[in-house]
Amino acid sequence: MILKRNSSERIMALMTWAAAILTIGTLLFLIAFILVKGIPHIKLSLFSLTYNSENVSFMPALISTFIIVFISLAIAVPLGISSAIYLTEYARSGNKIVALIHMTTETLSGIPSIVYGLFGGLFFVAALGWGYSVLAGAFTLVIMILPLIMRSSEEAIKAVPDMYSEGSFGLGAGKLRTIFKIILPSAMPGILAGIILSAGRIVGETAALIYTSGTVAQIPATPMDSARTLAVHMYAISNEGLHSNESYATAVILLVVTILINAVSVRIAKKFGDSNNELF
Amino acid sequence: MNNKISEKIMSGVFFIFALVSVFAVGLICFFLLANGIPGIAKIGAFNFLAGKIWSPTDIPPAFGILPMITGSLYVTAGAILIGVPVGILSAIFLARVCPRHLYKIVKPSVDLLAGIPSVVYGFFGMMTIVPLLGSSILSACVLLGIMILPTIISLTESAVRAVPEQYYEGASALGAGHYRSIFFIVMPAAKSGIFAAVILGIGRAIGETMAVIMVAGNQPRMPVSLFKGVRTLTANIVIEMGYAGDIHREALIASGVVLFAFILMINFIFSYLKRSMP
Repeated sequence: MILKRNSSERIMALMTWAAAILTIGTLLFLIAFILVKGIPHIKLSLFSLTYNSENVSFMPALISTFIIVFISLAIAVPLGISSAIYLTEYARSGNKIVALIHMTTETLSGIPSIVYGLFGGLFFVAALGWGYSVLAGAFTLVIMILPLIMRSSEEAIKAVPDMYSEGSFGLGAGKLRTIFKIILPSAMPGILAGIILSAGRIVGETAALIYTSGTVAQIPATPMDSARTLAVHMYAISNEGLHSNESYATAVILLVVTILINAVSVRIAKKFGDSNNELF
Repeated sequence: MNNKISEKIMSGVFFIFALVSVFAVGLICFFLLANGIPGIAKIGAFNFLAGKIWSPTDIPPAFGILPMITGSLYVTAGAILIGVPVGILSAIFLARVCPRHLYKIVKPSVDLLAGIPSVVYGFFGMMTIVPLLGSSILSACVLLGIMILPTIISLTESAVRAVPEQYYEGASALGAGHYRSIFFIVMPAAKSGIFAAVILGIGRAIGETMAVIMVAGNQPRMPVSLFKGVRTLTANIVIEMGYAGDIHREALIASGVVLFAFILMINFIFSYLKRSMP
């Protein structure tokens, strides 16, 4: 009896450890595989400022990625933070509109990127007549990352202790002043972590961009030009199947950029937790 | 006085900005339906949803998306079969088993798994899984199984952590071993949260596009075997949208509507489950 119980304990322990090792092993294998296969193929010609089928440069795509990240965040961040301010500081709890906003953000965060791409193509590209353009891609991504920024900002603002704003009110500051001078600065690390995570989502996005910002491999001269981001570029060249060495090298760049963004976001979020602990 | 006016204006601005997400959902629904429904009407809802042949360039063309619907369902089911057991067990590991110093490494790794772009997964699958299993349903299942791991793990972990410590202590006090207490007492108590995790995993798998395109073969036919290719709803849109015109384009948008309907259903179940959680 005791023996049987021990062996079933052992089996369950084995299963649990095996699953964890499998998960981590898969991640390590993926990273190692891409790095080992890709790093030897990173050549100077990949960094050329113009793309042609000879050099398969990812530089235009990398620059386009930064441009799209910048435009999307420039629009989504003020929108997201303002929404979070409304939800936390202005709306009364139990308000029907608050429930509606929460429901829609939850819906938005569940929509797959291809549906965003389809919508962006129908609305920004066709109905508004922007054509395949950086702007159409960026606006599509704004809707996609909005729920992420809203939620992280909302949580960061909620985590600011009430006594901060009470103190500010007590000293005679108005509501706006309290929000901008007291609450937002204290919530900033959490908000920033959410923003950086959104940047990571944009860098990794493909399906939402193919039919909105298009797939032209160039540095866009204006926001109305088409341009492909690094992830779209990665898809295009690996799909052609002609440049597998360059595909590996591009995968390295894409992977490194995503890992860096992730690490920075985690670091900032952790700092946030620490500074909160220091207070009490 | 001046202050009061700016306070009023800004509270209005915050309110209007907060409504943008509501407006966006409305706009998405409207544009998808307005562009998709006429196509369904022209093809006929039954021919569209239950038609087994998709040949948009034939004369006369056929727009049956049943192959893609079944394709999506097969691939999703396979991903769940692979990803859920591994994910739940990994979550148990993180929440209950993992030593502290290991947790500091394992937890960020799981987050990193969530941050890797789908194209990178797709490329990785193309280079490692496809040579073994071919461009097939099985390859897509394995790759998607990996991709939904972080979703399943993080949601299950928080569900397991939310179970009151007394459950575990009570089981231990009655003589159950560490794992027995976790598997038979703590886990059942966390079941609605775990179920929500699985539902969200289904949503991720059914909506995944790029990675699936790169490994699934994309033949628009009814699934024949696990080792043969298949096309999903998502892949169908990306592959053909570039050159589709007229009714073909409307049919693709309509398949986006079908996908959207699936997702809304999944979202609905998810938020219902989340609300029923303690």
